[in-house]
Amino acid sequence: MLKENLVLIGNGMAGVRTLEELLKLAPDAYNITVFGEEPYGNYNRIMLSPVLASEKTIEQIMLNSEQWYIDNGITLHKGKKVGQINRARREVIASDGTVAKYDRLIIATGSLSFMLPLPGADKQGVIGFRDIKDVDTMLEAARNHQHSVVIGGGLLGLEAANGLMKQGMDVTVVHLLDTLMERQLDKPAATMLQKSLEERGMKFLMEHSTAEILGNERVTGLRFKNGTEIPADLVVMAVGIKPNIELGKAAGLHCERGIVVNDTLQTITDPRIYAIGECVQHRGIAYGLVAPLFEQAKVAANHLAKYGIARYTGTVTSTRLKVTGIELFSAGDFVGDDKTEDLVFQDVASGTYKRLVVQDNKIKGAVMYGDTVDGSWYFQMMRDGTDISALRKIILFGQHHLGDSGHNPDTHVASLPDSAEICGCNGVCKGDIVKAITEKKLFTLDEVRAHTKASASCGSCTGLVESLLAHTVGGEYSATPKTKPLCKCTDYTHDEIRAGILKYDLKTMQAVRDHFEWKTVDGCPTCRNALNYYLLCAFPTEYVDDAQSRYINERAHGNIQKDGSYSVVPRMFGGMCTSDQLRAIADVADKYEVPTMKVTGGQRIDMFGIKKEQLPAMWKDLSAAGFVSGHAYGKAMRTVKTCVGSEWCRFGTQDSTGLGVKLEELTWGSWMPHKFKLAVSGCPRNCAEATIKDIGVVCVDSGYELHIGGNGGIKVRVTDLLCKVATEEEVLEYTGAFCQFYREDAHYLERTAPWVERVGLEKIKHAVVDCAKQRKALYERFLISQQPAQIDPWKARAEGAEANEFIPILIEA
Amino acid sequence: MSKWIEVVELYKIPVLGSRLIKTRDMDIAVFRASDDRVFAVHDACPHRGGPLSQGIVHGHTVTCPLHNWKIDLYSGNALAPDHGCTNVFPVKVEDGKVYLQLVGENEEAAC
Repeated sequence: MLKENLVLIGNGMAGVRTLEELLKLAPDAYNITVFGEEPYGNYNRIMLSPVLASEKTIEQIMLNSEQWYIDNGITLHKGKKVGQINRARREVIASDGTVAKYDRLIIATGSLSFMLPLPGADKQGVIGFRDIKDVDTMLEAARNHQHSVVIGGGLLGLEAANGLMKQGMDVTVVHLLDTLMERQLDKPAATMLQKSLEERGMKFLMEHSTAEILGNERVTGLRFKNGTEIPADLVVMAVGIKPNIELGKAAGLHCERGIVVNDTLQTITDPRIYAIGECVQHRGIAYGLVAPLFEQAKVAANHLAKYGIARYTGTVTSTRLKVTGIELFSAGDFVGDDKTEDLVFQDVASGTYKRLVVQDNKIKGAVMYGDTVDGSWYFQMMRDGTDISALRKIILFGQHHLGDSGHNPDTHVASLPDSAEICGCNGVCKGDIVKAITEKKLFTLDEVRAHTKASASCGSCTGLVESLLAHTVGGEYSATPKTKPLCKCTDYTHDEIRAGILKYDLKTMQAVRDHFEWKTVDGCPTCRNALNYYLLCAFPTEYVDDAQSRYINERAHGNIQKDGSYSVVPRMFGGMCTSDQLRAIADVADKYEVPTMKVTGGQRIDMFGIKKEQLPAMWKDLSAAGFVSGHAYGKAMRTVKTCVGSEWCRFGTQDSTGLGVKLEELTWGSWMPHKFKLAVSGCPRNCAEATIKDIGVVCVDSGYELHIGGNGGIKVRVTDLLCKVATEEEVLEYTGAFCQFYREDAHYLERTAPWVERVGLEKIKHAVVDCAKQRKALYERFLISQQPAQIDPWKARAEGAEANEFIPILIEA
Repeated sequence: MSKWIEVVELYKIPVLGSRLIKTRDMDIAVFRASDDRVFAVHDACPHRGGPLSQGIVHGHTVTCPLHNWKIDLYSGNALAPDHGCTNVFPVKVEDGKVYLQLVGENEEAAC
């Protein structure tokens, strides 16, 4: 089949990003031709401000070299402006007469600076701030002239003013209103910003409206409507941008503010023509920031590759000001109305201001000045619609106040030295990450992970890496996509896929992959393991577990160690044991010459250095002595840790060991989204450390407190109190119901701590505590799923199941 | 040229799984992809020597169980952005049986 022709008009970030996404999906689908008006390759337009401030060079902000176009077989016509689209003949005609035929066309003509129609606006030295040419004009002016005026105190205007000041010019910012950046900031933040910029030497004329630009050939000054005048050798108009729709309009495409497109970024007039980026109007909105462009690019590429499964539904945007030394963040609805409430932290002396606009315990908007480290965190919660009622008292102090004791409390990544270790698992320093981001031009968290391994293991430093990324390449990039797909094999999220499994009764992994149009034949380790778990959870009595879609630890029912040997941990219910059991373990250890034994943190005994082929025989002996698998290797219920309780302890209020044994008998063998630990403490002295477990029971004189969502791992998190109950029977029922709710709701590999923070405590309380009917249904489903789960995998394998897994083939050679 | 050695019947290797073969000199992992194609590689990841036979097979790739390096089963090369290579051995399936060729040390394919 002949390849179709794809033409891109506009060699900017949005258009080229679409091509990059398309090449990833369908590298050979099209002959691609690109027209660009500017005489350069593709560069990162949002980094023009740092170029103007001499913090970066043009070379550093180039995204795709000309070699990239050659390598990908793309014909690049640079410096050629397309003057006409002939839709009947399906061709575009450039001003120099070049003609290109298209089967599909992408219009990405971006936007233009909005130039005020003032008398004298056509004089030399009056410019916008949009492209490399404008930056060159400003740098030229800075060398030869003294006075510059920026009209417009918005984001772009202040960045331009800061750059000109850095170049040694005297800068005055003229603004129509009394508040700077009124589209992003509220009054207190804007006042702090203005004060800080004034201290740096920037001058402001607030509530001034320009009447006329003075001068002969070149500008010499400005006159305002109030009659006053100031001198000016350079005037930068930064009052806004307007979508560049001239070409689309001339081609007869329906335009309002921008070229109107549908959810697949096709113009509503002509489905062969796509439009993307700042020239577009989607659901009534024309975006001027970069994050939406990237999301649009993904969707358009998906459609061009004929996958047709992605939809663009709009973007919630956030803003950071790229002025070195000034930290400012704004997102969402920061004004609020009579339905919203404000959470405010203000410390004028230290220059810190944070305001969250909250409605129904969900973040609607945020403005931050001075300390913006937690901007991404608030933004994430805002997009996810997280219920913050449990966080309200501490939320303004930031994420590291939630108990991130395992990591550097100084999350001010900007102030860290290059040698500071960011990723403790893989030993990656700040300098390595910054270098990789700048040299390899990385934009996304995934790319940084792939190239540096930072945050690719335990993930606890993800926030740090994200802020580092944001800080290095500009704030807009911090926005990871609104919804994260399950893995690279699909565009659908965990939640969409889980819901689909139930709704469409998809009972095999192949059925799920077919239904959701997987991009790979048999998935990847990420989705295979997740799907296997989701299906097992949805259809516990029907689904046949797929051993090849489990991590080796779960397939071999032991923990793989760094030399390829395994460790064996028999279950000891509630940490209780007898001398006979200990003797049996000692005998097994002797028989198999176990080199190392250790008592684990979960009150059991771990035997290390076991060869895989020895495992079934060893399990047979342990099984004969009455032991079952401890599941110390699985994304499963692990242990119930107990303290001794009222049987012996003079402080004990209840029989904590007895309850621990009952809880472990109820829950052992259960597969979970991640590992899952319980503990029972006999009194509030809490010797079993129950308040850092997934479920912690703290016995009190009048009953039992149930705590959930604790974690003693990478990031310590203290549990939230779920409720208090009076009897052991209730403890068991609530525990089973909570386990099942977590099993059915959390994403695979999401522990209870981040899950509770994501979905909010209220939702869990409602399902497990408030609604007795739902609790009983959950508990019932848990019991059903436990029936097939409580068949000891060790005993089965000792009796010959899965023998091929454990027996190597010996050959004489 | 070494001779072809019969090692195992194809059905005894799980689809998307592997079997471990122990020879006098080394361990070799034999993999079976979902299209029934069979591959044999030295059972040691180029990163830290992890047993690739214990990894998860997807497409014609295996992911090492220790640190998630992905190894292309045709070439033995680690997939980008990682760098490294493990030896691959010629392997064929005839009449439902898997045959392996052990390439002597002198003939070892260059990585």
